[in-house]
Amino acid sequence: MQKFFSDAVEFVPILLQGVWLTVVVTIGSLLLSTVLGLLWAMMRVSGIGILVGVSAVVINVIRGIPIIVLLFYIYFVMPDFGVALTALQAAIIGLGIAYSAYQAENFRAGIEAIDKGQIEAAQTIGMGWWLTMRRVVLPQAVKIVLPPYGNVMIMMLKDSSQASTITVAELALQGKLIASSTFKNTSVFTLVALMYLTMSIPLILLVRHFENKANRK
Amino acid sequence: MIELKDVHKSFGKVEVLKGITASVAKSEVVCIIGPSGSGKSTILRCINGLESYDAGDISVEGARVDRNDRSIVAVRTQVSMVFQRFNLFPHRTALENVIEGPLYVKKEPRAAALARGRALLAQVGLAEKADVHPPQLSGGQQQRVAIARALAMQPKAILFDEPTSALDPELVGDVLSVMRKLADDGMTMVVVTHEMGFARDVADRVLFIDGGVIVEQGAAKSVLNQPQHPRTQDFLRRVLHPL
Repeated sequence: MQKFFSDAVEFVPILLQGVWLTVVVTIGSLLLSTVLGLLWAMMRVSGIGILVGVSAVVINVIRGIPIIVLLFYIYFVMPDFGVALTALQAAIIGLGIAYSAYQAENFRAGIEAIDKGQIEAAQTIGMGWWLTMRRVVLPQAVKIVLPPYGNVMIMMLKDSSQASTITVAELALQGKLIASSTFKNTSVFTLVALMYLTMSIPLILLVRHFENKANRK
Repeated sequence: MIELKDVHKSFGKVEVLKGITASVAKSEVVCIIGPSGSGKSTILRCINGLESYDAGDISVEGARVDRNDRSIVAVRTQVSMVFQRFNLFPHRTALENVIEGPLYVKKEPRAAALARGRALLAQVGLAEKADVHPPQLSGGQQQRVAIARALAMQPKAILFDEPTSALDPELVGDVLSVMRKLADDGMTMVVVTHEMGFARDVADRVLFIDGGVIVEQGAAKSVLNQPQHPRTQDFLRRVLHPL
């Protein structure tokens, strides 16, 4: 145990550099997945044939490809087409795109849960599609969407470790590097696990808060 | 002011409107009565473009109603609608519900919209409920807020789709008296209703609809007191003397 604490003192500062990149990847891809997910969801509920079709295809293609393959594709294949990205950029874009499919389905479920009468009421006071979305549907859908959205945040935090496969030195990769050079596997990976857990707990509490709030309605 | 000419409408294979021709003049109150499933609500929903219609013509103040055309927004700001289930926005207060259209559709200045919104709530007897959210209001109060919301658009006509059918019986009177006041003030109204007392006292004209056609129409008192058609007689007997 004492050995563990002395290892911790030594390794935590290095691992914290990884934590920083983990946070950057998670927040970056969360923002991107939210924007894209909202876009796919809006296309899906737009009622315009071509937009509905395109978003359905996009969502299913994304859902059908493993995150790790998507990351390889963006990082290793895109340069062949003249798009060279840094590992960090590729990780954020890859995870953002991968999760946009789940976000889209979540948002769509939230939007479709809103009573049709609400949309008709908005229409009868002369609101167009976009104004109806912005003033009537989305504000009500947010409450429905938040608990699953919180769960996606937790999953994205953990899946940011997949960025290690394209050389982003986030927490998991930092841990692996330290472990392979010191052979202190137990100490290092215990620390890594504890750090992920420490970051997840506030999110878990946040989800519980959202759920309580939604249930009180 | 509102004209329907030989309007047909089908949902899938079921034809719900089989050639409706009717008109509503300015300041006229027309009640539409008839059994459920007869197409009453569909007529209202076609008039302000919530539903499309397959054949025929509907026009409001000379402008054709086409739900797929941009002009539908202009039609809807002239012809408001009040729903059976109120459809108030639950995330906004009573006052915010009322000023939503004026602020965001008509782009009125906030101060003016607020002042008018409060006046309208006072008009329907709910001045003190301005800052309450709809779920905290009774059904009758919600429906009166919905009427204020419709009035806030300064419409030329209001369509009422069974406005009291979802209310507890003791709350019906408050809503009907607000509607009666509107009629007295000269508002053009088309009311789908099962309230025969209201139809008799307030309506100028009554249309009896069954099976997607207008079976009988005429002055409210004559249709309701001396119905000519056997189907009208049968319907009124069932509604007025259910036992």
